[in-house]
Amino acid sequence: MPGCLALQKPEIAMADPSASLSSTLVRSTYVAPKRRSRFLTSDRIIAFLLIAPSLLAIAIFVYGFIAFTGFASFTKWNSLIPDFTLVGISNFQKLLDTTRFQIDLRNTVTFTILFLILCLSLGLILAVLLDQRIRGEAIFRNIFLFPLAVSYIVTGVVWRWLLNPGSAELGATGVNLLFDKIGLGFLKNGWYTDPNIGIKAVVLAATWQMSGYVMAMYLAGLRGISDDLREAARVDGANEFQVYRHIILPLLQPITLGAVIILGHMSLKIFDLVVSMTGSGPGFSSDVPAFYMFDTTFRGNNFAQGAGIAVILLVMVAVLIVPYLIYSTRTEAET
Amino acid sequence: MTTLTQTRSSNQLRQWPRLAIYLLLILFAIFYLLPIYVLLITGMKSFAEVNLYKMWDLPAAFSLDSFAKAWFGSDAEGFRGLSGNFWNSVQLAVPATILSALLGSMNGYVLSKWKFRGSNTLFLLLLFGMFIPYQSILIPLVQVLQKIGLYGTIPGLIFVHVVYGIPITTLIFRNYYATVPTEMVEAAKIDGANILGIYRHIMFPISMPGFVVVMIWQFTSIWNDFLFGVIVTSRPGVQPITVALNNLAGSYIVAWNIQMAGALLAALPTMVIYILLGQFFMRGLLAGSLKG
Amino acid sequence: MFRNTRWLILLSLAVIVLVALAACAAPTAAPAPTTAPAAPTTAPAAAGGGKLEMFSWWTAGGEAEGLAGMYAAYKKLYPNVEIVNATVAGGAGTNAKAVMTTRLFGGDPPDSFQVHAGLEVATYQPDKYLQPLDSIFTSEGWDKVFPKDLLTLLSYQGHYWSVPVNIHRANVLWYSKKVFTDNKLDPPKTFDDFFKVADALKAKGIVPFVLGDKEGWESAHVFETVLVGTLGADGYRGLWTGKTAWTDPKVTDALNTYKKMLTYVNTDHAALTWDGAGQYLIDGKGGMEIMGDWENGWFQSKNYSDYGWAPAPGNSGIFDALSDSFAMPKGVKNADNAANWIKLAGSKAGQEAFNPKKGSICARTDCDQSLFNPYLQSAAKDWQSNALVPSVVHGAAAIESWATKYKDVMALFVTSGDVAKTQSDLQAACKDAGVCK
Repeated sequence: MPGCLALQKPEIAMADPSASLSSTLVRSTYVAPKRRSRFLTSDRIIAFLLIAPSLLAIAIFVYGFIAFTGFASFTKWNSLIPDFTLVGISNFQKLLDTTRFQIDLRNTVTFTILFLILCLSLGLILAVLLDQRIRGEAIFRNIFLFPLAVSYIVTGVVWRWLLNPGSAELGATGVNLLFDKIGLGFLKNGWYTDPNIGIKAVVLAATWQMSGYVMAMYLAGLRGISDDLREAARVDGANEFQVYRHIILPLLQPITLGAVIILGHMSLKIFDLVVSMTGSGPGFSSDVPAFYMFDTTFRGNNFAQGAGIAVILLVMVAVLIVPYLIYSTRTEAET
Repeated sequence: MTTLTQTRSSNQLRQWPRLAIYLLLILFAIFYLLPIYVLLITGMKSFAEVNLYKMWDLPAAFSLDSFAKAWFGSDAEGFRGLSGNFWNSVQLAVPATILSALLGSMNGYVLSKWKFRGSNTLFLLLLFGMFIPYQSILIPLVQVLQKIGLYGTIPGLIFVHVVYGIPITTLIFRNYYATVPTEMVEAAKIDGANILGIYRHIMFPISMPGFVVVMIWQFTSIWNDFLFGVIVTSRPGVQPITVALNNLAGSYIVAWNIQMAGALLAALPTMVIYILLGQFFMRGLLAGSLKG
Repeated sequence: MFRNTRWLILLSLAVIVLVALAACAAPTAAPAPTTAPAAPTTAPAAAGGGKLEMFSWWTAGGEAEGLAGMYAAYKKLYPNVEIVNATVAGGAGTNAKAVMTTRLFGGDPPDSFQVHAGLEVATYQPDKYLQPLDSIFTSEGWDKVFPKDLLTLLSYQGHYWSVPVNIHRANVLWYSKKVFTDNKLDPPKTFDDFFKVADALKAKGIVPFVLGDKEGWESAHVFETVLVGTLGADGYRGLWTGKTAWTDPKVTDALNTYKKMLTYVNTDHAALTWDGAGQYLIDGKGGMEIMGDWENGWFQSKNYSDYGWAPAPGNSGIFDALSDSFAMPKGVKNADNAANWIKLAGSKAGQEAFNPKKGSICARTDCDQSLFNPYLQSAAKDWQSNALVPSVVHGAAAIESWATKYKDVMALFVTSGDVAKTQSDLQAACKDAGVCK
C-alpha cells in the first residue's frame, strides 16, 4: 500500500503544471490539454520522444542481440553456416563440464573478489591521505589518476614485463629484479607463470589502472562531508579512527556501492587486459570467460558455445547487479 | 576545558603522522609511476639494447628514434606507423564523445525530472545495457551495421560507441540532475516554460560539471577501445590508433622498444586530458554526478 | 554569467575543431567507402586499375618482408593496381580470424586472405564463401609443379580453394652447436638418445630442452612431433582420419614420453614465447628446441648462426608440413586483380620473391634453390623425398574447432601431467569433430 502511494505522488505533482499551462497565454505554443487526458501533455510527448531514440537503440542493440545470443546458445551452430537446430541445454551442460570453463569461473570469482577488495581499500586509503590538506595534493592526485587514461592493452603489455619473473637460468627480471636490487629478494615469486597465482597477477595490473577512479570518487565524497560533522564527533570525544569508522565510512557507503557496481561489472567482462598481459596462462590459470568466448567463437567457430558462455556471463551479472539496481532506485523513489 | 585539551592533543596526534602520510603517498606514487618509467626508458632504447633482464637500466643514450619509428612507420622493417590512425581516432573520439554526452544529458534530464509511470523501469532497462559482454554481440552487430550501411566506416564506429555509451552517460547525468532541486524545475514550469525550454535555460547551463565527467570518461573509453575498432572498421585506413598499436606488435617477433614508444604516443592525448582537466573531473564528481 | 560564457566558448571551440577536422580529414577517410569503389575494376588486367586488398596477420619480421616482396613482384606486373595491405595482429591469429569471420558475415570480404592449407579452409565454409580455384590450377599448370601429397592436402570437397605459397616444416630439432660440441654430443635420433643427451646436459647445468609455451600452441606443437615419432607417418595420419584410435596404447606411450621430456624444460617456459625460449640457445644456456623452421629465420635476424638442425627424435624421413596459402572469397570487388594475385602467388616468380625473405621453402618443386640459405636448401631436398604428414597445430590436419580443442588439452597437460585424463580428452575432441565414434 505505501508503495502505491509513493508512485502516486509524481502524478499529482504533474497535474499542476498542466493547470498552470492552461491558464497562461503567451509561452504555450500548443493547445492547452484537457484535464481528462493529462497523461498526454505535450511535455510528456516531447519527453518520450527525447528518450525514444535511446530506447530504440538499446532495444535493438542490447536486448535484440541478447535475444539472438540466447537463442544461439540453444543451437548446434558451430561453423560459418548458421545451424539453428535446437539442442536444448546440452551446450550448457558441456560447458560446465569443460575443465577450461570451470577454471574460468573460478578465476572470475577470485579476480572479482580480490580486485574489489584491493581497489576499494587502496582508493579509500589514497583518498583519506589526500584529504589531509597536504602540499602538492594536485601532483599526487594526477599521479594516481592518470593510469585511467591508459588503455588496457598498454597496461597489459607493461605489466607483462613488470611481472615477468625471469628464470632460474637466466636471472630475474621485472619486479623480481627490482626486489633483488633493493634487498627485498624474499618477495620474489612466479607471478603469472605460477599456476597457483595466475589471475591474481592480473589483479595487480587492474588495480593499478582503476584505483585512481575509486580514489577520485572517495575524495569527492570526503570533501562533501562537512567539517562540522567531524568536529562535532571530535567534541563528543571520538578519536580520529572512531570519527572515520562511525561517521565518515557510513556516509561514504553510497559511493562504495557505486564503485562496487562499476568495478564489478568490469571484472566480470575483463578481456583486453588478460589478452595483452598473460593470455590464458599455464594451465589456464589466468583465462577468463570473455577470452574463452572470443577464442571459441572466432578461432574454433563454435558460435553456439560462445553464445552459451555469454549467457552464463550475463546471468552472473544479472544476479549481482539487478537486485542492487532495483534496491537503489526504490530507495530513491522513497526519498 | 575538555574541548581545549581535545584539540591540542588531536593536533599533536596529527603531527608525526604528517611525515608518515607523505612517506606513504610517495611510496604509492612510486607504485603508480613504475610502469611509466619502464615505458619511457624502453621506448628510448634501440632494439639491440632492449633486454628483459636489464629492463630497469637506463638507456645508453636518450634517443627518440623509436618514437619516430613508431609514429612514422618503417618501410625497411615493414610496418605502418601510428600517424594515420591517430587522426582516425580523433575523428572518432571527438564527435562520439560530444554526441553521447548530449544524448546522455537529454536522457538523464528526462528520466530524473520528467518521471512518468515506468520511467524507473525504463532507466533500469537502459542501464542493463552497460553489462553485456561485447564479444558476444559482434556478429549480429556487424550484420545490422551492414544493413544500415554503416559497416566499415568511422561514422559507423561513432554510432556504435554512442549507442553503447548510452547507459553510462545516462546514469551519470541522471544522478547529477537528481541533485538539482525540483523546485527550480517547478518554478520554471509555473513560469510557463516547456520541457525543452527548461533544459535550455536551467539544466544545460548548470550541467558543465556533469559534462566534464561524462566527456572525460567517454573520450577515454572510446579512444582506448580495441574490440569495436578492430571489428567494425576492418580496413586499415580507417582503424583507430589502438588497432594500429596492436599491429605494431607483429605476429611472431616483437620490437619492444617500438611498441612501448608507440604505446606512450597512443596514450598521450588521454593522459594530457586527465592531467589538464583532472581538476574539473574532481569538481564534477563533487557535484554529485557519480554517487551510487 | 562569466563561468557559463567560458564554458560556452570552450564548447563552441570544440565544435569548430570538430568540423574542421571532419573537413580536412575527409580526404583520408575517402579511401575506404563500402559503396563506391575508387576506380573501375572491370577493365582488362594489364591496363586496369582498382585495388587489391590482401588480409593477413603478417605484421612484422620475415613474414611482412616476404609479403612485401610479393607485393613488389605484383606491382611490376600490374602497376596501376593499388595494393591495400590489411593486417590484424595479436592473439596468435585469433584477432585476425575474428575480423575475417565478421567481414565474411558482413558481406565485405577482402580480395584475398591468408589461410593455412588443409582443413583450416573448412572454417570458412568454402562452398558458400570462397571461390574455387580449379580453373586457375589447371590453366597455370600447377598440378604438375606441386607435389602430389600437397595437392591431396589442398583438395576439400573436391575442389581447390587456396594456392599454397610456401611450406614450413614443423618437426625440426634445433640445437646449439657450441653446447653439443663442448659436451661431445650428437643430435638425438630416437627418444632414448634424446633422454641420454638430456641427462648429460642436465648434469652440466644446461637446460636440455627449452620450451616457450606462453601462447598455448607451442606445447601442442612439440607433442605433435612426439606423436609422429611414436606412431610413424601412417599412424599419425590415421589419428586425424579415424584410422588410428586415440585410445591406442601407442598414444599413451607418446604422452608418457612427452611427460618425461617436460621434466627437462626451463622453469620459465610459461612466461616465454617460442622465440624467447630460443634465446637460451643463443646464449649457450640451452641445448635443444623443437620448433618449426621459422626458428631459422628468427636466429638469422638475431645474427646467430652457430646452430644445427635435425629431424625431431623419431622423425627421420618424415616431413611434418604446414603451408600458408592464399584464398579468394566469392563476390569480391576486384575479382580480376584478386585472380592475378592468386596466379602470381602460385608462380615461380612470386614464390621466389616471397620465400627466401619469409624463411620458408617454395611449395613448387621448381624454384631456384640458390636463392635460399643452407637450412632451406636441405629442407627443400627433404620436401621432395620424405613422407609428408600434415601438421594439426597449424591448420592442415584437422578442422579448426578440433585443432583448438587439441591445443587446449595439450596446454593443460603441461601443468597437469595427467596422462589418462588427457588421453580421454583427446578422444572426446575426436568424437566432437565427428571423426571418431
